Amino acid sequence: MKHIEIHGHAGAFAENKDIARNLRLNEIVPALEKNEEVVLDFAGVDATTQSFVHALISDLLRQYGGDVLDRIEFKACNETVRKIIAIVVDYMQEGAE
Amino acid sequence: MKIHLPNSAFLGNIDPFIRGFDPASPDSLEITANDKWISVHPAVLSMIAALGLTVKPEKIRCQKFEAASRHYFVRMGLFKLLGIPSDIVIKEHEPAGRFIPLTQIRTATEQTRFIIDMIPLLHLEPEQAKTLGYIFSELIRNVIEHADADNGALLCAQYYKKSNSIRIGIADTGCGIKRTITRSHSADTDLDAIRLALMPGITGTTSQEGGTEQNAGAGLFFIKSIASVNRDFFVIYSGAGFYKLLKKSPARSRRLKADPFADRHTTSSAMPAWPGTVVGVDITLDQTEEFSLLLDAIRDTYSSAVRERRKGLHKKPRFS
Repeated sequence: MKHIEIHGHAGAFAENKDIARNLRLNEIVPALEKNEEVVLDFAGVDATTQSFVHALISDLLRQYGGDVLDRIEFKACNETVRKIIAIVVDYMQEGAE
Repeated sequence: MKIHLPNSAFLGNIDPFIRGFDPASPDSLEITANDKWISVHPAVLSMIAALGLTVKPEKIRCQKFEAASRHYFVRMGLFKLLGIPSDIVIKEHEPAGRFIPLTQIRTATEQTRFIIDMIPLLHLEPEQAKTLGYIFSELIRNVIEHADADNGALLCAQYYKKSNSIRIGIADTGCGIKRTITRSHSADTDLDAIRLALMPGITGTTSQEGGTEQNAGAGLFFIKSIASVNRDFFVIYSGAGFYKLLKKSPARSRRLKADPFADRHTTSSAMPAWPGTVVGVDITLDQTEEFSLLLDAIRDTYSSAVRERRKGLHKKPRFS
């Protein structure tokens, strides 16, 4: 299992899309390719932007389909972070149907 | 170019100020001002700063400011940023709690630094700081990624005690919204491009639904939605196109609209051509909805907009 602490990379306000993209390409995708499960740990993240979450996960949904969500756990998300992740997951799946 | 600072120019009455902008002779800038009193929105300051950086300091002719409120422009860092001399003497105040001076941001690293260092200066409640951080982050990122602007984003913000509101302005002198949007969508005018840019899921980086791996086409829709839910002004001006989201009365529904033209608004497609993009937002803190409630409304609107657009692409049965 691959455990990624978002706060350690992006801070309490996770908004830097370059960091999100690097996490996706260098950490998440290689783990998924090895059939590992991925934990995206948002502990300590007070807020994020839709852009950050989009850069982090949208291409995973496009590449692997909605089933990839069975292999990704979003851990310790506060209400705001949870809702932004839900928005991105929603529109990526709406657009893919 | 010529620009005149009037007695008053806030988002509600910014139209005459913009109409007075003369974009001719882009190698020089002449700044004139009302000589009694000048009170302007941060978007106006950001515009002047952005314009000023496109010409050499010696090509800026700035009328001597006589207005009693002239110190404000020194405090906001206008003359310093443009490298033009000013004889206005002020006693510098600690800016905390009142304003974010004119700031130039060109990279994502500078953006992150700005969010960390500057938002706390406004001394906001955590929920309000979240909203402000969100707005700044998405607007700055738009400039860095899409505007192709040598001077990056010019921005500033001001807290107004009387109305308990924060007013934000950000301007760039990049390629403008039409050029960005028409890379992937069709838009005949600057205003058509602004309309598309404000719709959820429309980005200049691709015509495919859901955007690219890096862009969803949601940033401006989110910002307009924040202003709409909070019943505040939102202005966007690019090329000759101008869109203003008007304040909603408390009686009107806070339901979000995917099409910005379905909101209460005014537009113009014949403004003097702004060489880039300007955004102004007001956030009245008394009526700021909790950020998470806003996200519920955005989620509903966004998904149904994408669904409707996909439905529009479905093949239809042929009846005879």
